[in-house]
Amino acid sequence: MKNMVYLKDVVTLQFNKERCSGCGMCMVVCPHAVFGMNSGRVHIQNKDDCMECGACSMNCPTGALSVQSGVGCAAAVINSALGREGSCCCVVETKNDSSTGKNTTCC
Amino acid sequence: MNQPFVTGSVQTPAGIVPKISSDLRWQDHWGTIKARWGVGRMHYAVDPGLYALGEPDDQSPVLVTANYKMSFDRLRKALLNRKAWLLVLDTNGINVWCAAGKGAFGTDELVRRVEFSGLNQVVSHRRLILPQLSGPGVAAHKVKKRIGFKVIFGPVRAVDLPVFLDADLKATPDMRQKTFTARERLVLIPVELVGALKWYVLILPAFFLLGGLGASSGFWNNALNHGLFAVLNLLAALAAGAVLTPVLLPWLPGRAFSQKGVIMGVIMAGVIFVFSTTYLHLKIELLEILAWFFLTPALSAFLAMNFTGSSTFTSLSGVRKEMRWAVPFEIIAGVAGLILWFGSRFIV
Repeated sequence: MKNMVYLKDVVTLQFNKERCSGCGMCMVVCPHAVFGMNSGRVHIQNKDDCMECGACSMNCPTGALSVQSGVGCAAAVINSALGREGSCCCVVETKNDSSTGKNTTCC
Repeated sequence: MNQPFVTGSVQTPAGIVPKISSDLRWQDHWGTIKARWGVGRMHYAVDPGLYALGEPDDQSPVLVTANYKMSFDRLRKALLNRKAWLLVLDTNGINVWCAAGKGAFGTDELVRRVEFSGLNQVVSHRRLILPQLSGPGVAAHKVKKRIGFKVIFGPVRAVDLPVFLDADLKATPDMRQKTFTARERLVLIPVELVGALKWYVLILPAFFLLGGLGASSGFWNNALNHGLFAVLNLLAALAAGAVLTPVLLPWLPGRAFSQKGVIMGVIMAGVIFVFSTTYLHLKIELLEILAWFFLTPALSAFLAMNFTGSSTFTSLSGVRKEMRWAVPFEIIAGVAGLILWFGSRFIV
């Protein structure tokens, strides 16, 4: 079965060709094979497969990649909209939140 | 040191390091099952620091992981009959990927933990093998610059580590991709169910008892008719949104999770309607049927939407776009359904 793809044409991933050194780190860290390499040059081959995890921009030594990264989690979006601290399971900012019951479940 | 899975200790130039094995015991498996069902999941942690697996020496590889016990167990189990150092970061008991996304499994914590553990005295090489999914938190080039250790991103899954290690630290394209197979989706369902059941223990009795009130034929008669129909629909919505949509995810039409949830919800509302009238011979009113054809899909859509957080391929931009129509839809359909239901029970 081929990979599942989420919504089309929403991803904020941007690639600056001039800055790319062709080191290939983005291809290593990307969990969805978004990037391809052609004769030493990187290009975006499957943009809609991007989940905006931010691994590529974090590991691009020349700053050629940018993406508004975040966790694609509806519960987290709701929580932040309601002004609650923490988000989904990935509550790591607050250690003592178990008693408040604010940590909803996801991921 | 005094953790149940520590089997001994080894002496190193940087001090005594606890020893662990690749054999998971029944307590470890039981811990995994509990965490999958949401029991103590937020406090399922091991102590951060360096661990010795097998009889590692100064040439043995260093593998880095999170201090979520399930991540730690997956890693040591994958390294059966091998010698390695395990460096466990303090991620507050959160798994690798989530912690990396939030920065807890990050460059700073990695640098701090390498220095604190005295790793440069324990091994003579300068290589750290990290799970690929820690990429959102760890900048390999910055680690190299700050402490001289080269970060090598290993495979996504720990089970691929033996092949990766034997292939001179080269990953195949398959090892680099995060999948979302039926099995991977199935193991996430219990936590979704438990999360929803917290609300269900209040909602189910409430609807059952409310079904008993209102016009005609006595409280228990009503409850076992309209109340039961409500309870069946609520359970069907839970099954549709938190079980069937995740399981059937690739085959349900559309891309938005909410849309898949609506479709599954309509199907389940239909199933419950046919089942209740044909087999249970419930006497249900037209308005009431209509009400549940709003409420069940709305609830199912909401539960399905929340599964985006568990999935491995949804982007934040995509989730925001989906929610722009899905949340208003869920609220409007939910309110419309409630008005119809209360109308059918107390007004008409």
